[in-house]
Amino acid sequence: MMSPSAIPAVEARNITKRFGATTALADAGIVIAEGETHALVGRNGAGKSTLVSILTGLQRPDTGEVRFAGQLAPPLADRDGWRRQVACVYQKSTIIPTLSVAENLFLNRQSAGGPINWRSLRSRANELLDQYGVAVDAGRMAGDLDVEQRQLLEIARALSFGARFIILDEPTAQLDGPAIERLFDRMRALREQGVTMMFISHHLEEVYRVCQSVTVFRDARHVLTSAVDDLPHDELVAAMTGEAAAGYQARARTTSTAAPTVLTAEKLTMAGRFQEVDLTVRAGEIVGIAGSGSSGKVGLAEALVGLRVPDSGTVTVNGTRTRPGDVASALRAGLGFVPQDRHKEGFVPLLSIGENATMPIAHKLGRFGAVSPSRRRARAEKMIEDLAIKTTGPAQPVQDLSGGNAQKVVMARALADDPTALVVIDPTAGVDVRAKQALLGAVEDAAERGAGAVLVSDELDDLRICDRVVVMFHGRIVKEVPRGWADAELVAVMEGVDAR
Amino acid sequence: MTETTVASPGSPGGSPDKAPPPGGGHNGLGLARFRDLALVPAILVLIVVGALIEPAFLSADNLTNVLQQQTELSLLVLAEAIILIAGKFDLSLESTVGLAPALGVALVIPAASNGLGTDLPVALGVPICLLIGMLVGAFNALLILRFKLSAFIVTLGMLIVLRGLQIGFTGGQNLFALPESFLYLGNARWLGLPASVWICAVAYAAGIVTLGYFRHGRAVYAIGGNADAARAAGVRTDRVMWTVFVVAGLLAALAGLLMTGRLGSVAAAQGDGMIFTVFAAAVIGGISLDGGKGTLFGALCGVLVLGLINNILTLAGVSAQWIQAIYGGIILIALMLARLTTGKAQD
Repeated sequence: MMSPSAIPAVEARNITKRFGATTALADAGIVIAEGETHALVGRNGAGKSTLVSILTGLQRPDTGEVRFAGQLAPPLADRDGWRRQVACVYQKSTIIPTLSVAENLFLNRQSAGGPINWRSLRSRANELLDQYGVAVDAGRMAGDLDVEQRQLLEIARALSFGARFIILDEPTAQLDGPAIERLFDRMRALREQGVTMMFISHHLEEVYRVCQSVTVFRDARHVLTSAVDDLPHDELVAAMTGEAAAGYQARARTTSTAAPTVLTAEKLTMAGRFQEVDLTVRAGEIVGIAGSGSSGKVGLAEALVGLRVPDSGTVTVNGTRTRPGDVASALRAGLGFVPQDRHKEGFVPLLSIGENATMPIAHKLGRFGAVSPSRRRARAEKMIEDLAIKTTGPAQPVQDLSGGNAQKVVMARALADDPTALVVIDPTAGVDVRAKQALLGAVEDAAERGAGAVLVSDELDDLRICDRVVVMFHGRIVKEVPRGWADAELVAVMEGVDAR
Repeated sequence: MTETTVASPGSPGGSPDKAPPPGGGHNGLGLARFRDLALVPAILVLIVVGALIEPAFLSADNLTNVLQQQTELSLLVLAEAIILIAGKFDLSLESTVGLAPALGVALVIPAASNGLGTDLPVALGVPICLLIGMLVGAFNALLILRFKLSAFIVTLGMLIVLRGLQIGFTGGQNLFALPESFLYLGNARWLGLPASVWICAVAYAAGIVTLGYFRHGRAVYAIGGNADAARAAGVRTDRVMWTVFVVAGLLAALAGLLMTGRLGSVAAAQGDGMIFTVFAAAVIGGISLDGGKGTLFGALCGVLVLGLINNILTLAGVSAQWIQAIYGGIILIALMLARLTTGKAQD
């Protein structure tokens, strides 16, 4: 790989950064060797994002210095200077949906001066896209691209400035399995070209797959840097959480076939998403739904709770047929759910934890439409305790919480009315190890109380808590496996390699 | 620039099935252009309807009249469209239409004609008028960009303050004793067309070229589409926005100047209520209230549609008491049609 004496491609040393009273980074740092793919991991709030903004020149550290290939980083005002050193694919897309692909690629440098020649801009863009093997036409509107294509666009744009160091900030969070594979292939190809990368992810198995070394941050401090091969999974998790913690252990549980059915879908069909899906969930049972991004699994779950209107078929909750596309009727029948995108359907960011979590049961907290603040407070405090939500109290707005804690509020809302049927979609997306355990534990607790749950997830690890997993492929359920399945078996069906 | 090749023969990037082959891009852009032209058929239909209702409609006099009556509105729509594309709002434009010429006039005419008694040289009147427009724009920008106040509330406040100022120093009177320089642009004819029509044409041409073919113009779209991304790409977003607000103020003052010349006086209520029509024309013309979307050509088409409808209603002899309700109803219908033809939810 490289000799130890070589000058590292990137080094940030003794970085301290404070925001008011909070210390985001305390004497932390990272050293990345030329040509390696280096993982940066840590729980939410460990200081990863702050390091990214310091390494990309968006923020100035209070103390400490950043060097690229031994040279001090350019001054903050010299954006072009920074861009020649480091490129970043941020978590939040920086693609402008209302402009064409070509214009996004050459934003603010459409012409050397004088009027823009759109034809030549488009051909320059197509050249650039060809060069990086991105099969997207430059004339399209960027808003029409899918998440994966947008990300490739960002990578191509980042590299086009001539930077040899790229930061990828949770690039896999929004991609499905095959797209992640393609991204990894691309990362490996880039590495062969000698590009240095810093890779941030909550999914530790990804770190093992594409990275050579890893740096762990915890509570604003650097904890360790190690070659990936020398660091077993358990030790990595322990370094992140500060305690020895294994992956989530699914609990043993037996479900009786005599248990009553709590949630049924019959011949549920929605054109282009899923066809003729039958699903039965019994009390005390957790049923997993696996499948690729195009399998229709999320659409199906959303149809179960009423967020989508199916074309035909019925959904029955506790013996009551719910009205298609009517969330309220599903809730009344005893259903609780965690939506896929917590920011969109999960919570109202400006409202307090208490108000968000008790929203479905507001009518039970007072009479004649009034909501008793003290009763709401009491309920919320109990929820905060049950789910171990890290907060200053029930009055704190949800927007101030970290991703994992915000997701716990969404889970609390789902469980507020003690539902007999629970539908949970991607509950662990973008949350850290410990929050993940609390969230999966909450689903198992609900099942032990006698609720029947549907768990949709891209994470095979999450699905370990399920009593059985059904696999969807192109809108149909193609296989059902009982507890104890092997990863390879499930993935093969998900990718359509073994559909029988 | 360092060249890095990622493409390996076995790994086509993205989803090849979704991406059209290169060259299909002309389709993509062609479609975007087509959306710009969406209102052209509507304009043609309106011209045919006008000709059927009243043969005089097609006379050069009437058509010139339609154009001239729309010049002030079209300048305001131009100003508003640029601000909307940049993702902001300006409601105060309509008050600038009244205040800028009123103050410009009042500073140069004698106190006996309702002037302020400053008796500045008459030659300064028009430059002062335009300067006031720019100052109003700059003040809006100061509050919105520097003090981070909501553009909607700031400009709503400015709408009321500016109107109040005009009524305050004119004592609610119309100004009649206008210097010749204020009357010229609103009345002159150049090459057989009213000067105001030429001015509008030039303003729109300049706007379309700048927003379509220059880096700083494209920055307006980038800011409206995603301000953070624009900043990350090195766009000086605040500087661009300051310019946009100042230019919009200037255009509003120019519109006020044209209206003053055309009507021969500065009414106390000059421009009052225009902002609603301005927004309607911009939205009908395909400008998104969310920013980042729409073209100035589309906005111009929106103005023409509303102007033609207004003219046809007048020619058709619709009673003056009803014309407002019908005009408003037609605006709503036009919005619904625009929603149906673009197929996307209106933002």
